[in-house]
Parts: sequence; structure tokens; C-alpha cells
Amino acid sequence: MTERHIPETDVEKVSYLRAGHSLRSWLLTTDHKRIAILYLYAVTFFFFIGGAAAALVRIELLTPGGDFLTNEGYNRTFTLHGVIMVWFFLIPSIPNTFGNFLIPLMIGARDLAFPRLNLLSWYIYLLGGTLTLYVLVAGGVDTGWTFYTPLSSMFANGNVVAATVAIFIAGFSSILTGLNFIVTIHTLRAPGMTWGRLPLFVWSHYATSLILVLATPILAITLALIAAERLFGIGIFDPSLGGDPLLYQHLFWFYSHPAVYIMVLPALGVVSELVAAAARKPVFGYWFVAFSSIAIAIIGFLVWGHHMFVSGQSMYASAVFSFLSLAVAVPSGIKVYNWTATLYKGHISLDPPFLFAMSFIGLFVFGGLTGLILAMLAIDVHVHDTYFVVAHFHYIMVGGTVSAFFGALHFWWPKITGREYIMVWGRLTAIFIFLGFNLTFFPQYLLGYLGMPRRYHIYDPSFQVLHVMSSLGASLLGVAYVLPFTYLFYSLRYGKPSPPNPWGVTGLEWTTPSPPPKQNFDQIPVVTTGPYDYPVEMEDRR
Amino acid sequence: MARAQILQAILIWVLLLILLSLTVGASFLPLGRMNPVVSMGIALIKASLIFWFYMQLKKERGLVRLAALGAGAWLLILFLLVSSDVVTRGSF
Ligand code: HEM
Ligand SMILES: [Cu+2]
Repeated sequence: MTERHIPETDVEKVSYLRAGHSLRSWLLTTDHKRIAILYLYAVTFFFFIGGAAAALVRIELLTPGGDFLTNEGYNRTFTLHGVIMVWFFLIPSIPNTFGNFLIPLMIGARDLAFPRLNLLSWYIYLLGGTLTLYVLVAGGVDTGWTFYTPLSSMFANGNVVAATVAIFIAGFSSILTGLNFIVTIHTLRAPGMTWGRLPLFVWSHYATSLILVLATPILAITLALIAAERLFGIGIFDPSLGGDPLLYQHLFWFYSHPAVYIMVLPALGVVSELVAAAARKPVFGYWFVAFSSIAIAIIGFLVWGHHMFVSGQSMYASAVFSFLSLAVAVPSGIKVYNWTATLYKGHISLDPPFLFAMSFIGLFVFGGLTGLILAMLAIDVHVHDTYFVVAHFHYIMVGGTVSAFFGALHFWWPKITGREYIMVWGRLTAIFIFLGFNLTFFPQYLLGYLGMPRRYHIYDPSFQVLHVMSSLGASLLGVAYVLPFTYLFYSLRYGKPSPPNPWGVTGLEWTTPSPPPKQNFDQIPVVTTGPYDYPVEMEDRR
Repeated sequence: MARAQILQAILIWVLLLILLSLTVGASFLPLGRMNPVVSMGIALIKASLIFWFYMQLKKERGLVRLAALGAGAWLLILFLLVSSDVVTRGSF
């Protein structure tokens, strides 16, 4: 590794990155690879806004008194954190960046089926995001990301309607992306790329897209109903007008439980790729892993009532939902077992992307198993609305999805940019993220179990030690999240140019130069083998 | 668009308007618990007309029709499981 700036290579000169230099050529591009990069900038931006809100929350929670933020200010801060992280980071994070970049490359296509729709979805997302930021500047919302009625419809005095409009708009971006992926996977597969040869990343994005298309409209309608009740006094959720407040929770979670799978399924797809690459072995039980994604997408629609066990839902419905929630863990379990079986007796590489994948598996198991605990009716009565729930979903969404996001970034970075980064730094980051994450969120399981309620900023002094640990962990985690910016940006100028297949792995995206040309492939490839046809010939390797 | 198609579109539109006035009318009838059933029934007919003619499902292949049916099936899931709560709230 020399300190010298490595000039543009011949491959880079003809790559998609150099096909037009002007800002206009980026902002009006219909190239899926460039749109992926536009999304990468946008979701990173929102990740840091949401992260800043989280920092405020963690600072406030250092002490048992409410001495940093006001009551109202605290409510607005965690609402902002949730809204931004869920809709403007987690949902688009992997699909719109890596999915966008990789699906056409992985199936041997030149672009998505509807390139202009793809660009439109980015602009719609930005519009929704900008409006959300406006809501923030204009005073914020204090309902939590869940917008429960009657708080949101009758009592909250923030900008509830503006916030729902913002999320409503962003939803259309999700729907367009889902639609685009479904049509692409159905119609643009290269000759020989049968369904049984699709990389598992593509399968999991197919399942995600089904949820995006089927669930998001319900969210849009639900938010519109809140606005209708607030603005026109139409009785939907307000009992005094003949409405039913629980109906809101049913509609919201009919979207939002499947939405948690929108956030994690793409990550599961990433990890399936990384595990096969780490072990350099075919994925154990390909069809089980592929269909478990579809099963999660479908069963995920049948479990939403587990968020309503103590809300006044009938005991009969709760029992049904409890049973169905246990069932949804089966396909997730299948994936974990199959990854483990794939790694078994592999010569496991511990390069940065694979470290992220390993920490994903551990954290996902922890989050998933506590999900099962929460799905048990009697236990949930005790821990509902405590930090136990907060820890549960952060293990999956942050420990899981964000780790997979960084794993994907480190795995496909040489493909996307054409440059290699310094491995040691990647490894250190993976380890810091794992440690920082556990220090932040493990104490929250204990806090919740001991009775610390969520969404309160004044708490019993006996909880302080665990809260301070959590805040310390959060600082470590924050530093670890910023680290990749240094060595990844450094690699753009000083990094070694990457060969087409730097990791020596299978997959059509590795058969084209790094970074790929605008047309992806000189000739559309003809596929003759399955997706994980290991071992790869040595001359393809680095 | 051919003349026949335009005519058809207008015809469907008139039909939808008639159904709309039926919905409004039915809401004034003292049907009690049957009221939602009647209005849902009319809504179903309206939706089918829109699916079949305006969204051109009558011209589509099997897979696209299946996808449209899927949307209906998902709505059914929503209604079914919400009812599993609402209908049993008093007794469980
Ligand atoms: C093994 C499958 C899972 C089961 C059985 C499960 C179960 C549960 C249960 C019962 C609750 C409600 C706890 C309460 O409020 O008292 C809950 C909350 C939550 N879960 Fe899971 N979960 C699972 C997987 C996931 C996944 C994969 C994600 C995210 C990607 C996730 C995200 C969430 C979120 C965000 C909440 C809290 C929502 C809120 O109230 O703000 N869960 N989970
Ligand atoms: Cu859930």
C-alpha cells in the first residue's frame, strides 16, 4: 500500500462512473447503478440525522432526572428518530442501494425493467424526506413512530398531518421500487438464468418486493384516515364518533409487522451471499433458503396482533396471533441452520464482509429468540412497552440489518467503485460495531425485564448504571459507524484497482469489470450453472 | 382508442355512478346489521368493474390475473383476522 494517488485506470475510463461527468448526468440518470449511488448518499444522510436524534436520547438518559430535554422535546426526539430510521433509512437501505445496483447484474440484465420509474422513486423518496425534515424544523411530532390513535387523532399538537403526508409520499417510492423489482426478476433474466439459478439475494429481494407492494398501500390508507379524522372529524377511530381506536392498531400493524420483514429480508439475502462466499461452498439447502424468504413474506402478514396483546384485543385473537407468531420463526430458523451448515467444514475467510456476516447471525438469533419470548402471551403482559421490546427490535434492525448493510458495503465496494480498501480497518470496524452494539443494547434487555418502560425520560435511579452502560456503548457504536467513511473514501483515491472478481466467488456481477461498464455486460451472458458453483477456478481469483 | 372502447368506458362509468347512488341510498335504509353487508357488496361490484374493464384484466394473461387476485386475497386476510378480534371481543 503506497501513499500515492492511483490515477484512473482504463477500466474506470469506460465504466458507468465516467459515463457523463456533469451533475445533470447524475440527477437525470436512468442507470440503475447510478441511481443506487444516489440512494446511497440519501440513505446515509438520513442515517446520520436519525443517529443524531438517537444521540440526544442517549444523552438525556444518562441521568434519572429530565435535565437535558423537556418532556415534550424528548417525545419529539424519539419520534423523529423512529420515523427517520424506519422509513428513510431501514426500509430503503439495502433494497434501493444494493438491490438496485446488483439485481440487474446478478440476473444478467442491462437495467431494471422500468429505469425511469426507478429514478422517479428516488425523487419521491427525497420529497417525502424533505417534508419530514420540514416537519422537524417546524416543531416536530410527539406521537412515536407508531402514530397511535387517539393520541395522534385527537390530542397530539405537533404536525401530525404533515408527518403522515410525508410518510404517505415516501410510501409510493417503496411501491414503485417493489413493482420494478418484481417485473425485472420475472422478465429480464438472462438466457439460462432459471428460478433455481437465481442468487439467494435476488430471491430475498423478490420476497421483499411482494411485501412492499402488498403492505405499503395499507399504510398509506391508514395515514390518510388519521388525516381525515383530524381534519374533517370523520369517525373512524374515535369512539364518540362511532369509530374504533383498536382498528387503527390493526391497520397500522397489518402494514408494520410485514414492514419489519421489509427491513430484514434484504439483509438475510446479503448474508446468504456472504456466507457462501466466506465458506466458498454452495449454500446448504438452496431451495429451503429461497422459499423461506417467500414463507416469511406470507406468514409475516398473519402475526400483527402480537403488538396488541395488552391493548384490549380479544383473548381469542391474541391466542391465534401468538400461535402464528411462533410459526413465523420457523422459516427464519431454517435460514440460520442452513447458514451454519454451509459454514460447516468450510475454509472460512475472515475478511471484513464475512466478519459482518458472522456478527449478523449471532445478533439476529438473539433478536429473533427474544421475539419468540415476546410472542408468549403471559410474558408479554410483563414486558410489553418496556426496554425489553426496544432491545428486541434493535437487535434485529440495528444489529442485524445495519450490520448486513455494512457487510454488503464492504463486499461489493470494489465492484461499485473499482477500488480496494484496507482490510485491517474493515476488520476493526466490524469488531467495534459488534462490541459497541452489544454494550448499547444488551443492558436494555435487563432494563426492560426489570421494569424500565420505553418512551420515558425520567426514571428510577436504580436503572442508572445500565442506562449509562448503554449510552457509553452508543458512543462507541457511533464512532464505529463513522470509521468506514475514512478508509472507504481514502480507497477512492489511493486504493488498489480491483480485478473483476477480488474475492474469488461466484455470481454474474463478478464476471464483469469493476466498476462495470454502463451496459453492465458487453454481451448478455448465457447461464449454464447453478448460483454457488464452488470451487471457483484459480485463475479467476485475485 | 376505438369508438367502441370509448363507449364501453362511458357505459362502465355510468354503471359506477348508479352503484354509487345505490350506496348512498342504502345508507338511509334501516337495515341494521345488514347495512355494512349491503354497502360492502356494492363496493365489491364496483371494484370488480374497475378491475375488469378499466384496469383491463379482461385482456391479461394468467399471471397478471393471479397477481390481482392476490391483492384480493390479502384484503381477505386483513378482514378475517381483524374480525377474529372484533367479533369475539365480548365473549373472550
Ligand atoms: C422471530 C420472529 C419475531 C417474533 C416472534 C417477534 C415478536 C414480537 C413481539 C411479540 C413484539 C411486541 C412486543 C410488545 O410490544 O410487547 C415485537 C415487537 C417488535 N418487533 Fe418483533 N418479532 C420477530 C421478528 C422481528 C423482526 C425480524 C423485526 C425487525 C426487522 C422485528 C421488529 C420489531 C419491532 C420494531 C417491534 C416494536 C414495535 C413498536 O412497538 O415500536 N421483530 N416483536
Ligand atoms: Cu411484529
